[in-house]
Amino acid sequence: MLSLGSGGGKSAKPSFVSYVTPEEINSEKDTPKEEKHPDLLPGEVVFCSASTVLKLTQDELSQRGTFGTLLCTNFRVSFISDEETGEETAPLFKNKLYGENDIPLSCVDNIYGGYEDKRKLVTGSQVKNKYPSKIIIHCKDLRVFQFALTFCKEEDAKRIFQGIVHHCLEPKSLKNIFAFSFCENTAFPGMLGNVCFTKLVHNMQQRTMMFDSAEDWAQDLKRTKGSCRLVTENANFGLSPNLPQYFIVPESVSEADMTLFQGKGLPIWCWSHHSGCALFKTSNLPLQQEDNVPQSYMEKMLTAVAHNYLYSVKTEDLSDTLPTVQDIQLSYSKFKQFFFIDSTTDFWVSDMKWFSSLDNCGWLDIIRSCLQKAMEVVECLEKENNNVLIMEDGGSDLCCVISSLAQLMLDSYYRTLQGFQSLVQKEWVAGGHNFLDRCNQLHLKDKENVSPVFLLFLECVWQLLQQYGPAFQFSETYLTVLSDSIHVPVFSTFLFNSQHHRASILRADSSHSQRGTLNCPTVWDWSVQFDCKAQQLFINPLYAEKPKLDKSMRRPHRPKHQRQLSLPSATFKTPPKKGFFKDETDSLKKILRVKRISRWMLSPDSPQPSSTSREFYEAWQRKPLDYHGLLLPCLDGPAVRIWMQRYLRWIQEVQIFGGGLVTVLSKVSDLLDEVQELQRQLDRHSSSLTSNHQRPRPRPISAETDSRLSVLLSSSFPFTTLKNNWSYKPAIPTGLLQSLMNSGNLADTEDDDQESLVRA
Amino acid sequence: MEKSGSIDSLGSKRSSSRQPSVDSLSSASTSRSDRSAQAKPPSAMSSDSVATSTELSPELRVRKPACHVLRDSSKEEPQLLPNEIVQDMAKDVTYICPFIGPLRGTLTVTNYRLFFNCIDRDPAFVLDLPLGVVSRVEKIGGASSRGDVSYGLVCKDMRNLRFAHKQMDDTLRKSIFEVLMKFAFPVSNGLQIFSFEYGQVFPENGWKVYDALTEYKRQGIPNESWRITKVNDHYELCDTYPSTLVVPVNIPDEELKRVAAFRAKGRIPVLSWIHPESQATVTRCSQPMVGVNGKRSKEDEKYLQAIMDANAQSHKLFIFDARPSVNAAANKMKGGGYESEDAYQNAELVFLDIHNIHVMRESLRKLKDVVYPNIEESHWLSNLESTHWLEHIKLILAGALRIADKVESGKTSVVVHCSDGWDRTAQLTSLAMLMLDGYYRTIRGFEVLLEKEWLSFGHRFQLRIGHGDKNHTDADRSPVFIQFIDCVWQMTRQFPAAFEFNEYFLVTILDHLYSCLFGTFLCNSEQQRVKEEIPKKTVSLWSYINSQLEEFTNPLYVNYSNHVLFPVVSLRHLELWVGYYIRWNPRMRPQEPVHQRYKELLAKRAELQKRVEELQREVTNRSASSSSERAGSPTRSITPVQTFV
Repeated sequence: MLSLGSGGGKSAKPSFVSYVTPEEINSEKDTPKEEKHPDLLPGEVVFCSASTVLKLTQDELSQRGTFGTLLCTNFRVSFISDEETGEETAPLFKNKLYGENDIPLSCVDNIYGGYEDKRKLVTGSQVKNKYPSKIIIHCKDLRVFQFALTFCKEEDAKRIFQGIVHHCLEPKSLKNIFAFSFCENTAFPGMLGNVCFTKLVHNMQQRTMMFDSAEDWAQDLKRTKGSCRLVTENANFGLSPNLPQYFIVPESVSEADMTLFQGKGLPIWCWSHHSGCALFKTSNLPLQQEDNVPQSYMEKMLTAVAHNYLYSVKTEDLSDTLPTVQDIQLSYSKFKQFFFIDSTTDFWVSDMKWFSSLDNCGWLDIIRSCLQKAMEVVECLEKENNNVLIMEDGGSDLCCVISSLAQLMLDSYYRTLQGFQSLVQKEWVAGGHNFLDRCNQLHLKDKENVSPVFLLFLECVWQLLQQYGPAFQFSETYLTVLSDSIHVPVFSTFLFNSQHHRASILRADSSHSQRGTLNCPTVWDWSVQFDCKAQQLFINPLYAEKPKLDKSMRRPHRPKHQRQLSLPSATFKTPPKKGFFKDETDSLKKILRVKRISRWMLSPDSPQPSSTSREFYEAWQRKPLDYHGLLLPCLDGPAVRIWMQRYLRWIQEVQIFGGGLVTVLSKVSDLLDEVQELQRQLDRHSSSLTSNHQRPRPRPISAETDSRLSVLLSSSFPFTTLKNNWSYKPAIPTGLLQSLMNSGNLADTEDDDQESLVRA
Repeated sequence: MEKSGSIDSLGSKRSSSRQPSVDSLSSASTSRSDRSAQAKPPSAMSSDSVATSTELSPELRVRKPACHVLRDSSKEEPQLLPNEIVQDMAKDVTYICPFIGPLRGTLTVTNYRLFFNCIDRDPAFVLDLPLGVVSRVEKIGGASSRGDVSYGLVCKDMRNLRFAHKQMDDTLRKSIFEVLMKFAFPVSNGLQIFSFEYGQVFPENGWKVYDALTEYKRQGIPNESWRITKVNDHYELCDTYPSTLVVPVNIPDEELKRVAAFRAKGRIPVLSWIHPESQATVTRCSQPMVGVNGKRSKEDEKYLQAIMDANAQSHKLFIFDARPSVNAAANKMKGGGYESEDAYQNAELVFLDIHNIHVMRESLRKLKDVVYPNIEESHWLSNLESTHWLEHIKLILAGALRIADKVESGKTSVVVHCSDGWDRTAQLTSLAMLMLDGYYRTIRGFEVLLEKEWLSFGHRFQLRIGHGDKNHTDADRSPVFIQFIDCVWQMTRQFPAAFEFNEYFLVTILDHLYSCLFGTFLCNSEQQRVKEEIPKKTVSLWSYINSQLEEFTNPLYVNYSNHVLFPVVSLRHLELWVGYYIRWNPRMRPQEPVHQRYKELLAKRAELQKRVEELQREVTNRSASSSSERAGSPTRSITPVQTFV
């Protein structure tokens, strides 16, 4: 409408755009072309393929695109362009497992069939003999693909459509997940993936702790100076399959206690504060029991927790105060929809109500409420020095979110790259988060258990990262890649529901295989996906390393006065809870009072919840910021943001060419490289001067960063790079007119300057 | 602006016991955190949380080491600027801080500032604001039961202040707030604005920053198509235009007068910017006086044709009317209107849908409600959306983007106007020029841009801001210039390395927009400024800024040279400028970790370089003495920080 279409001058055209009209192509494509294959991974098998498929460019109104072959394998849906361009400059940030036109099967979020003007969500079963003219695939990493089938042979079209639908949407068994055939055909050397990072690990744990051995747990307990009991009796799941192989409980918990309710209700140690108090988590006891066994069991467990330090305990039932996993799923499914942009028109229409749309889906509120809750837990530990027991029905969803967030805020070790990976291993993998079900790796139709809980955690981490960049050794790109990797069906990390589940599957599997236990890589084996150079982008150049001599960081902060405080309930809507536990706590309260526990939770006349944690935040904020000390997130409106890199990276309209944070971060990285080079020189010189060895000071990043960074980057770096030169067509909004029509009468009054003229 | 003025919301909603500390926020009212304590720059304003009182005068920073700060702050009186005189002082005044709660202290009023000092606290609490910031002073209610009288100050910079003091025993004695009212609104009280008294001398003279001829020469003007005319030398052609104008070569001065007759207020189309390669131009003007009968002007039509012909690359001309088409049409009733495409061959008219000053004023008022004193807890984004503030920002940026795109990509000349061509037109041309020309993205270039597109072309600062005028409901007041600075800030966010100046620079400009310390933003036009002898009698803001450039410099600046910046104008990339609109809220911790980190690394590099050199010398010495082994590998030469381009 605004006659802006053609004036673009020197707009940078993506190299793969074909300007031949579809008709022209159609006539010449009668001879079947040779079938193309991607470079298949070990164990990858092509199921079906179709040639002369037109991959459309983002804007669905223009029918432009590239012709090529569409394939479906046991790993991915892949499109191979016919127009292999000569300039195969390997992109800096190339994933070794899948390329920009590949969609791992478990990364497919939804498939739509495009029929003329309409499009319909494909649910799987309805496809028999029909096939749409267009396949639209929405991916879990927010990419959108559109493939037109109009030009390929009917048979091919039908087969590829059904194939894709079948392999992406139909339930499958765990054994059919690509990881198993991949691993059978590949030898992984184990945790050598971190070879790229070895230079930057220093006087910390040199590796990611997997928490699949007693040593890892013992080490973490020792590191935090906790005084709890490491349980090794479950190494072969003899106590309970619901419990991790190794775990830590309060000293006074007996072995009988551990098995009484198959591990439910058992307080599992997460982390110890330097004061001595500790964080524990547990799953709620089954509610249906009428006798008072669970009640007395619970009392016993609480007492055990309380005995850990100064006979204090606060409990928090997260099921009561945080959104349920279903709430999380519902909110996220609304939220992600904002980023599947089908056309430019769509984009600008949705831009008008952008803020209220975001608000209405509630995703940011959920993030906020999790951070808020974690902050309350932190307050109890840091300020009150109370033991904290968080609980929820399953004990492995929000408990994982809250406990790992609290640890990130309290313990700077977990803000290093290896520390963070260890934290995920400890709380999520060993902690028994049901990755398989929550991520729906098996494409089950019943989606009741599906929920992006781990992604929610990463979102919260991202919020902390963007507020306190220098406190984190890893970068935003690292988090984004990690969130993508959930849906790359290769890593053992996200394939199982628990350690027991993993062990039983792998054991069963290895009995068939000749090669012993399957050795699936974990996601932390980053070299499976990226080369060293690309992995450098996982390091945050702003990271302020811990000053070496400073041991005083962990000095306890003594509050001036201790208030009576209860763990406040969050602002998020609180689902009414069946009465059982509440009554329990009331009776417990009495008992425990007798036992002289001075403070207790959930008293109805507690002070306004948010005001107390508000004070805690403000008191903390008054102190100078220490990036290696306690971190508390700011949760006021403007402080909680959208994770732009993850959600906006594929949307052409919002790419800032020549801009974005990367333009300054690159300068910082370059400078950092220089400083490190100088440091190395200095070390060389001084070692050549003196015989006594001065240990070289290790530093992050050593690669040469020369060519990668220039003004020619875009805000979506490193996920999309500007291929040609600087010039491009700016995204000019359409349909602005409607947006402000509700501005009231002021807009209709005569124009300003006329009015003021009268006065002047 | 504040009919529904949030006096009610002045009160404290929280009773936190926040203690401000010197560490937590610097005395400057900005969100910069990487200024070292020593180089704490004096801002005209200081925030609530400031404990220092000394660094008020721009030059004090040089004289006063930081160690004196705390001791000085315990003084009851502020450090006075040259010719600043204490007018009144009252003890036992309570400042009801919305973030801390009531604070009891001493209130001082001078002919320049309000100064409140509470020394009971540690560190002391100081509130220090120029009276120019005050928009309205109101006595709230009668005497309370405790005999307190309460006053509310509504400020132009997004905050409200509330004070209370005991009812005067001596009824004859004036309340300090009456004194304050007198000096806060000097124009209404027959007094002089403080800028005329402030006699500070700076090393740099900011009045010399902009010279029209020099700037046009930089652009390559005059050339074969454009000439400089002196027809407006005495402001006779147009009293709101500058004396130096650039017009098409083949239009003689006589004809300019006839064109002026057809353009509102005589504001004829004149050149603002010319593309160095394509010769496509940005020209600005006011609306044509078309009226209901569709009047035409041969001279005006010829004139626009001449503008088009001056650019050989294109046979088209784009006329961007900043207004919504409805408003443009409504203007016909009053004799104005817009160019019909029948009359102007080869011209295409585009409406940019930017709303008028009243809509913008209302929008900012709503924004203040949402962010001050506290940010609404729930539905922040919906609340933000309902103010429409960012939507207006988006429309302005989108308009400028379209102009820049036409000029850069389309190589087409554009004419920009709204009604009178001094509000929206100034926003659009200056933003488009900022996108097109890297020179304006330097500190001096930006000063030139403001001097040229805003000050010399008659943006009516006096009316829009209401300097020293108590008439706070004046419908002429509007945050047009703030919107522009906001748009610039949005661009700096998107291109953090493309601007030589930092956020503090922008905040400082806005602070002194109100402070009445400098003469820069006084008056409505060049003619008035000449008449009032502003450059002679007052100090320029650029004198102050250019005398300490380091404070305002973005350490990460990369010269993008000829690159055009096309910002993303989608709301997905626009955000509320927390560092300006919510800076009074102590919960919003100011952050600039990238700058900070960069400076740290620069310092570290310098230190290491020095040590490497020392060691190298030593190595050389040793190897000279014992030549058994050659001194280490040759040093890699350390290249200076690379600038990409």
